[in-house]
Amino acid sequence: MEFITQPWAWYIAGPVIALVMFLLFYFGERFGVSSNLETFCSIGGAGKFVDYFKIDWKENSWNLIFVAGSILGGFIASNWLSPSDVVALNPETVKDLAEIGIQNAGATYLPDEIFSIDTMLSFKGFLTLLISGLMVGFGARWAGGCTSGHAIVGLSNLELPSLISVIGFFIGGLIMTWFILPLIF
Amino acid sequence: MKYIKFFSVGILFGIVMSKAEIISWYRIYEMFKFQSFHMYGIIGSAVVLGMLSMFLFRKKMVKTFEGNEIHISPKKKGLYRNLLGGILFGLGWALAGACPGPMFVLVGKGVVSILVVIFGATLGAFLYGVFKDKLPH
Repeated sequence: MEFITQPWAWYIAGPVIALVMFLLFYFGERFGVSSNLETFCSIGGAGKFVDYFKIDWKENSWNLIFVAGSILGGFIASNWLSPSDVVALNPETVKDLAEIGIQNAGATYLPDEIFSIDTMLSFKGFLTLLISGLMVGFGARWAGGCTSGHAIVGLSNLELPSLISVIGFFIGGLIMTWFILPLIF
Repeated sequence: MKYIKFFSVGILFGIVMSKAEIISWYRIYEMFKFQSFHMYGIIGSAVVLGMLSMFLFRKKMVKTFEGNEIHISPKKKGLYRNLLGGILFGLGWALAGACPGPMFVLVGKGVVSILVVIFGATLGAFLYGVFKDKLPH
């Protein structure tokens, strides 16, 4: 049981993610989470305003079910399989974060400075969360996929669009981490 | 009944995302700071094994559970779309510390504020649909 309850190493997690992708192909579908965001829009009636969302979303219902499963998986893992919420970070990372205004890095999975209820209810905190989501959603659909569809499936399939997208993910991620995050907190 | 399999794979996905701390904001920060091998090891090993799966699919050594050939629908091509969309996604990924998969897993962890991020992401997808024809692809 200890094998399960301790944090999983990369050489366990990588193969399990590959298995997830393999199983979805075996069941006749392509792994990709961000297309669900468009499905949400279609279900919400966005097709009335924009033709792009006039799709038969029922074809994507398997993916919504997959997402529902992942929510339950997150619940199971955090309630029953994880006795500790501590993330063993590189001490350098903890120091760097303290310098930009994020304290106690690694004590829990998420920084209070972004995700606590108090932060969420503040104007700046709410805006930060909303804008981060906006960029993820807009960017993923523009690029035609996110980490699952491009970085995992697309790179595995040696697709050039996915390689370009992943390079883009890193350009954006590095700009945010190195130049913008230090200005926010 | 036909959805049970997708639900089960989803549960497995949620568990691995949580247990390997991929849903932790800090792990994404650490990755972009090049201060840990963890995320690179995960993505790298998943891609290597993924390539092996693709090889088996292409050689028709593995078929779907219904016995059909596995067809991998290719991604849309376009330098601007992939690069600019990718950069915007990356900015959001490093700020939220979560890409779309982990966002939902965090709901299961009971993180209320991630709902704002998911709302933002859905709104982002909607706005993409609105402005799609005005953007370079």
